[in-house]
Amino acid sequence: MYTQALNQKDVAPAAGPAEDPERLARFEARVAAEDKIEPNDWMPAAYRRTLTRQISQHAHSEIVGMLPEGNWITRAPSLRRKAALLAKVQDEGGHGLYLYAAAETLGTSREELVDQLLSGKAKYSSIFNYPTLTWADIGAIGWLVDGAAIMNQIPLCRTSYGPYARAMVRICKEESFHQRQGYEIMLTLARGTEAQKAMAQDALDRWWWPSLMMFGPPDAESAHTDQSMRWKIKRFTNDALRQQFVDATVPQGHFLQLSFPDPELRYDEEAGHWRYGAIDWEEFRQVLAGNGPCNRERLEARRRAHAEGAWVREAALAHAAKRRARRAAERQAAE
Amino acid sequence: MSETPMPIWEVFVRARAGLAHRHAGSVHAADAEMALQAARDTYTRRGEGLSLWVVPSAAITASDPADRDSLFEPTADKIYRHPTFYEVPDDVGHM
Repeated sequence: MYTQALNQKDVAPAAGPAEDPERLARFEARVAAEDKIEPNDWMPAAYRRTLTRQISQHAHSEIVGMLPEGNWITRAPSLRRKAALLAKVQDEGGHGLYLYAAAETLGTSREELVDQLLSGKAKYSSIFNYPTLTWADIGAIGWLVDGAAIMNQIPLCRTSYGPYARAMVRICKEESFHQRQGYEIMLTLARGTEAQKAMAQDALDRWWWPSLMMFGPPDAESAHTDQSMRWKIKRFTNDALRQQFVDATVPQGHFLQLSFPDPELRYDEEAGHWRYGAIDWEEFRQVLAGNGPCNRERLEARRRAHAEGAWVREAALAHAAKRRARRAAERQAAE
Repeated sequence: MSETPMPIWEVFVRARAGLAHRHAGSVHAADAEMALQAARDTYTRRGEGLSLWVVPSAAITASDPADRDSLFEPTADKIYRHPTFYEVPDDVGHM
């Protein structure tokens, strides 16, 4: 989840040397010819920085994304729902790990990447700063948030950096279960009692706009996508992906007999697209700036988990060192 | 950073008997045993494999991409290494 990092401006370190124009030209030609770039290949410093930021923030999003859903594991309404939710949250942990592994191939250590998240220097997707108030939110997240994630992630399977593309292929394969389990929850509620139906409607009302914001600012405002598009890190613009998501999702919502919280939503016969109303970009900016409903809580939870796990990491390393020393002593004694 | 970095391991998965192990990604773990457990949880949640290898990343020696031409280019002009280089009359049948 997702490509919000690509909307940030890349800032080169002050004393960065200029790129060798010949190597840069060769690199650009390779990318233009759809050749994949692999970890040890030469790449421009800005490409490395942009990808490190993008992949690590994608990883952070997966890890922070475990929190809003983890909130409901112990209160899932049946064993079937509980097993599915547990598996989904576990997948998100796995996706975070594939992505950290891909980011590390660019030369930044896992410890540094995690540090950047915990210190607040690195961002994660805006969507995870919203609370999960009712069980229906778990349905809405699977259906809408994972649905938006899939739209964003499928083109990333063809991104120019090999390790990122390979991680995305695995992630996309696993992600479709997430969306289907969410939609199934929504369908069950929508066909249930009046109270259940109202709960589903309330969840759609609260998650719809934040899901549209996941694709990032409108194209007119995201000037930094040009280079990412040329380097084939990003394949489609924010608005193109957002439209694709709306077109796919609106009929699914109508099947549920729910309504979207957008009085301007209408079908444009001629273009074959669903047209949506204005997005509140001020809300998006506030959430990115750290002022969303749950920003503080999410970061607190990650910091606490990291601090409370420190003794386990230390003990594992100490145990491994002790066993290594013992084996070495045994070998010496045997000689 | 005050914390000791956790060693990194490359993970290889054999999807089924008869296939070679294939690189899947990497994990961090204090020792080989824990690396295997982490690899199992990370890379085989859906029956992707029947066997795992974990190798300390530092133990892998890789060829340098800059040497690609000198290493691999010379084979491109040795077309006599391919069966299609040799002419056999059609009457001989499939060979």
